[in-house]
Amino acid sequence: MCDQTFLVNVFGSCDKCFKQRALRPVFKKSQQLNYCSICAEIMATDGLHESETLAALRSEAEGLKGKLEEERAKLHDVELHQVAERVEALGQFVMKTRRTLKGHGNKVLCMDWCRDKRRIVSSSQDGKVIVWDSFTTNKEHAVTMPCTWVMACAYAPSGCAIACGGLDNKCSVYPLTFDKNENMAAKKRSVAMHTNYLSACSFTNSDMQILTASGDGTCALWDVESGQLLQSFHGHGADVLCLDLAPSETGNTFVSGGCDKKAMVWDMRSGQCVQAFETHESDINSVRYYPSGDAFASGSDDATCRLYDLRADREVAIYSKESIIFGASSVDFSLSGRLLFAGYNDYTINVWDVLKGARASILFGHENRVSTLRVSPDGTAFCSGSWDHTLRVWA
Amino acid sequence: MATTAGPGTPGGRPRAQILRLTKMERVVVSMQDPDQGVRIRSQRLLITVIPHAVTGSDIVEWLAQKFCVSEEEALHLGDLLAQHGYIYPLRGPHSLGLRPDETPYRFQTPYFWTSTLWPAAELDYGTIYLTKKNIRNEGALVDHEKEHYDQLHKKINHMWDLVVMQAQEQLRAAKQRRKGDRLVTARQEHTYWLVNRPPPGAPNVLEQGPERSSYTASRVQMSSDFYKQEIEFSRKALGRTRVKSSICLEGYLKFSNQHSPHDHIMSGCLPSNPWITDDDTYWVMNAPMVAVPTKLRVERWGFSFRELLDDPVGRAHFMDFLQKEFSVENLSFWEACEELRFGGQAQVPDLVDAVYQQFLAPSAACWVNIDSRTMERTLEGLPQSHCYVLDDAQLHIYMLMKKDSYPRFLKSDMYKGLLAEAVIPLETKRRVFSFMRKPRHSSPSPALLPTSGEPPATSSAAGGKGED
Repeated sequence: MCDQTFLVNVFGSCDKCFKQRALRPVFKKSQQLNYCSICAEIMATDGLHESETLAALRSEAEGLKGKLEEERAKLHDVELHQVAERVEALGQFVMKTRRTLKGHGNKVLCMDWCRDKRRIVSSSQDGKVIVWDSFTTNKEHAVTMPCTWVMACAYAPSGCAIACGGLDNKCSVYPLTFDKNENMAAKKRSVAMHTNYLSACSFTNSDMQILTASGDGTCALWDVESGQLLQSFHGHGADVLCLDLAPSETGNTFVSGGCDKKAMVWDMRSGQCVQAFETHESDINSVRYYPSGDAFASGSDDATCRLYDLRADREVAIYSKESIIFGASSVDFSLSGRLLFAGYNDYTINVWDVLKGARASILFGHENRVSTLRVSPDGTAFCSGSWDHTLRVWA
Repeated sequence: MATTAGPGTPGGRPRAQILRLTKMERVVVSMQDPDQGVRIRSQRLLITVIPHAVTGSDIVEWLAQKFCVSEEEALHLGDLLAQHGYIYPLRGPHSLGLRPDETPYRFQTPYFWTSTLWPAAELDYGTIYLTKKNIRNEGALVDHEKEHYDQLHKKINHMWDLVVMQAQEQLRAAKQRRKGDRLVTARQEHTYWLVNRPPPGAPNVLEQGPERSSYTASRVQMSSDFYKQEIEFSRKALGRTRVKSSICLEGYLKFSNQHSPHDHIMSGCLPSNPWITDDDTYWVMNAPMVAVPTKLRVERWGFSFRELLDDPVGRAHFMDFLQKEFSVENLSFWEACEELRFGGQAQVPDLVDAVYQQFLAPSAACWVNIDSRTMERTLEGLPQSHCYVLDDAQLHIYMLMKKDSYPRFLKSDMYKGLLAEAVIPLETKRRVFSFMRKPRHSSPSPALLPTSGEPPATSSAAGGKGED
């Protein structure tokens, strides 16, 4: 034991042995207790054991991680851009803003398409959630949430309801009604309850189940009618910022991305994480599956987008350019998966050739950061929402 | 200049902001490289000469060359650098932004870099800065500055004499410097405040979204539980089978190739893309339950079993085909399972019961042929009554259809006939004169219809239009 000088601040009953002694403050799991010198000595040696085991665990964990990387590398026999040399180069294609949706009085944070391929729902910082027929640019419904920063919104598969949430830590479902006498807010149903902000939500294959991601580090699956929690997904080390459901034929997985730089693939039934990828250098703002379901793309604050293959269990492509300095906030694939559209915080949208790894085009138009981007269900266009209060449909 | 303490800790700014500020600074530093940087000239302003100036157009050209991008993109990047206060104009109206002309610019001194988190305290802004401006030039304060000034005067009235004294002191010290230095220093300071205290209505580049908890703060990194979890996860991951990259990547090529004629953004759209021509014929021709599907659509049914099932018309034809093969109960069973899996919790017990009665019971009307082991496991699990109870059986039947009925369907006369009858829309020519623009038709909202236009992804076990 090294020399230790300590001040006797307190004389009283030891928190451990309850004997009347001179007490020293000790910290156990950031809680302060007062131990007598004997109990403190015992705790110190316990701590020694604990820290030995901790160090051993840490080195074992890191060793295994290294081995995992080795195993993954063994099967990596070719790079994507090499395989893609055989593919025809993309022709020149021109994309322009075909619709501008103005009506939000504040930053647009999220949007989603209806399955009818023309309607969309969008949400903004001031709590407004608007349903538009973006083909005619008419607003069809509007509701004001009781909270600000509505960061998540989703259209129900039937087209008869929308879900949204944000700083209220909840996900609420609003049935859409055209009845003038009915106030949409009256029929609102609170479905999900988290302990921090809601960052993303998505209906599964029907109107009756909703998957949510939250700043409290968890994702959860809820039954809409009863608000019952069906499954929760723990494993992220920090806020979860995005999620996407897999289009696979046995459809039971989804991917999530978070502030811990990890993208994790979950089994919806068991709640277990089945795969995890940690190659980004900063928060992952958006994840989206490749149309075949065999891979997914992610966009991050480190200004790169990356492609992860689920069967090879590794990152297979990085989409970055020296001139792109600002983070990517949202990504989506075109129907064939050949193009990756990514909205950035520098107000631009970059279009990437997924196979060759090069940037195919850059789209200017928004006057503030692009916060959300989704390709329409039939792949004829994509819609982007921005902090400049507008949404644009590009084709 | 700043009376408050030195730069704040990097933790003070959100991570994302630090990342991009650092990258911007790297660019700005390389722009000032004596050999490789932007062309430096001395700028003459009336009788003063300011050294180390660059023109807006030179900046744009340099950025375009260095990053191999178009001039438009280079201007955009340069403008962003200026918006963040790293470049400021020596002449003309002082606003943040880059003009790609002969306007002279200078690089902001690192002292004032946005990443150097001087707590932009009220004291500095309101008092020293604004007071100086006020003293120097009566009436130089713009509206919002005047407002700030008055507010602060009220707030720190007791210190006002001290403030005025400091301001006068700084002005006196400044007077002793050369005019050129004074001009530059004034512009540097002004730029700093434009970034940190943007006038109302001006964009605020430092604006952030809601706070995200710090990576290091939010979890107990050092707990043994955390490492045990990591170890278990790594062990499981080591045990998984992986596929060679070459095989996986080939998969992307094949998929992209196959789907590229269907990718309207890449390959155009027949008769026309509604968003471009304002003509919604494409959507009418591809409505969920259209009588005669298009050729492209029917072709897609051949790409994968999933594509066939996802399309309501495709699924309906497949159902007809199975009827002819006397195995339609497989598809009905699969649909019932989907309804269970994605349906509401409240309906689970009844649905499970209905499915059992119709498909699994020994005397069931539409008994499905599942192997005995799966059947046994399923029947055992039924009492648990949760939405995944039929997963195994569903997977079995799905695979059966996929490996057996589906390939036969694709080879069948029925499918070949559908392909032959399918429509190839004629291309609508782009309207040349915009005043003849077609009116954009509205469409009934799915929320209005009694049953949605597209049958729900699941339909009830009886095969009818299920909608509660």
